[in-house]
Amino acid sequence: MNLLTAQAPGGVPRSGKGLALGILRFMLVALALVLSLGFTQVAVAQADPDREMTTAAPGITADQWRQVRSGETGPNYRDSRADSNYSLINASGETWRQIRNRWVSPFGLIAVFGMAALIALFYFIVGRKELEAPRTGRLLLRWTLMKRALHWTVATLFIILAITGMTLLFGKFVFRPLFGDGVWAWMIAATKVLHNYLGPIFGILLVILLVSVIKENIPKKHDLVWFKKGGGMIGKQHVDAGFANGGEKAWYWLLATVGILVVASGFVLDFPNFDQSRDTMQWANIIHAVGALGLTAVSLGHIYIGTLGTEGALEGMTTGYVDETWAKEHHNLWYEEVKDQTLSEQEVAARKSSGGSADPSATRTS
Amino acid sequence: MAQMKFMCDAERCIECNGCVTACKNANDVEWGIQRRRVVTLNDGEASEMSISVACMHCDDAPCMAVCPTDCFYKTDDGIVLHDKDLCIGCGYCLYACPFGAPQFPQQDAFGERGKMDKCTFCAGGPAESKEEEYQKYGSNRIAEGKLPLCAEMCSTKALLAGDAQDVADIFRQRVVHRGHKDGAWSNNPQASADNLAYDAAHKG
Ligand code: HEM
Ligand code: SF4
Ligand code: SF4
Repeated sequence: MNLLTAQAPGGVPRSGKGLALGILRFMLVALALVLSLGFTQVAVAQADPDREMTTAAPGITADQWRQVRSGETGPNYRDSRADSNYSLINASGETWRQIRNRWVSPFGLIAVFGMAALIALFYFIVGRKELEAPRTGRLLLRWTLMKRALHWTVATLFIILAITGMTLLFGKFVFRPLFGDGVWAWMIAATKVLHNYLGPIFGILLVILLVSVIKENIPKKHDLVWFKKGGGMIGKQHVDAGFANGGEKAWYWLLATVGILVVASGFVLDFPNFDQSRDTMQWANIIHAVGALGLTAVSLGHIYIGTLGTEGALEGMTTGYVDETWAKEHHNLWYEEVKDQTLSEQEVAARKSSGGSADPSATRTS
Repeated sequence: MAQMKFMCDAERCIECNGCVTACKNANDVEWGIQRRRVVTLNDGEASEMSISVACMHCDDAPCMAVCPTDCFYKTDDGIVLHDKDLCIGCGYCLYACPFGAPQFPQQDAFGERGKMDKCTFCAGGPAESKEEEYQKYGSNRIAEGKLPLCAEMCSTKALLAGDAQDVADIFRQRVVHRGHKDGAWSNNPQASADNLAYDAAHKG
């Protein structure tokens, strides 16, 4: 490798006819080369730093390098790459990397697994919330088929998105060493496709779900009391709750704010065809990951309370009906409104077989 | 074990885009992708200056740190390469890269970008056969004992490629030869403080 002195191609003509001419030409070229070398020597010998300074192009000033560093491009900035909208230096790239790798990644993991650990601890110390009075066997319609279907679709998509999203963030630390490159290549490709195609479906269904239950989730004064009493855990007395209690409303509004933010930032990441800048993508990614990991952590609480944590809650979302006792103990204000609409198990079975779990359009106190 | 580096002497680059063409040619880079680009600052003004940029094969490479598939690796020569079989085209490497080096063949809805492509320092990439390597990553000149074609063909030798120490030595000689305090970068306000020409001449 000879980087300093680029080889100039020699001018030896190959024609056999004018050999004499060729030799003459060669000698002329050689002479020119020798002469020019001599001149270069002279020029080197006379190199005068100050003189060179005055004849050199002014060059780029410190301010201009600073501008480059800031990621801005001025009006006289040119990039030879087709359709390039990049600055010379992507100034925020390293910041994004640090935020994502140093903060979002480890603390996201702590949030999700910390939450899981807390819930496990809570379960072993406090245990399941059982019904206090025996079931009456009379049932109340809580969730129509439509809403149940919507809930479970959104929930399933959420879980898939949470798992695939976390695989994008943490998978390389676990699955690559575990399964090797062959499986990992297939797995991470599937992960991305699932996440990127199911995400928008989740987003649309989430909005529909939020709209369909907004009436029940308008905050009321008694919700404040509910929170002060820790949902009835502090003081061990019953606290007022309508169709949705304070905790459920908090989850609703978390989804309606952070959830929408996650969906919106997800859409920004998912559609690079709109030519968003790298900076926009960096912000979208941080908002998306922080929001998504936060929601994932809180969703564990929601899942616990809805399944293991509370006797009788899951039935509402699976069968659509809850026991009268459960309604009385957990949603007393709602119960007061709908207590004249209780049905026996036979009546519920009859309704279901006739195909209609029609909403008895009871007005609900939220 | 070398530490391969590019360096573009902005005092010399004349914006001929020879490096861009050489790269396209050496690596048969697919349509729409240009692994090397020439950026010109203050175009048309007296202070116009150009610099050729591609992947700089960072020591602590941001692309490598953020890739969800962990498909990057560093060769013994300090060259940052990636495995296109693992790449999912998420674009993260591009968000992180300081030099806009990673590029994608497409940019479609649902994050469909295809496999990321970037400068390989003419060192190819992971593949079963030579043909596959060439088809996916371009030529592997390093394996043949050659340096990247862009630098080899640079008409003004503004673009240097090679072991960091060699590149630094060449640049140092130039700075010494230029003689003045600003020899490395014009109008460096720090010139008298970090007098490169002085350092280079006296320390060696
Ligand atoms: C609440 C459910 C969701 C969760 C838990 C979730 C989680 C995540 C996580 C953790 C990441 C990785 C971030 C990183 O590696 O830095 C991610 C990336 C991403 N998410 Fe989501 N996400 C959710 C919903 C969505 C939605 C609704 C969309 C689309 C509308 C979406 C689109 C994306 C995209 C495009 C990426 C970038 C990954 C890539 O391009 O391959 N996500 N998500
Ligand atoms: S792609 Fe960018 S971040 Fe990665 S090594 Fe090259 S220059 Fe550095
Ligand atoms: S686009 Fe490919 S190489 Fe770049 S970060 Fe994503 S998976 Fe890694």
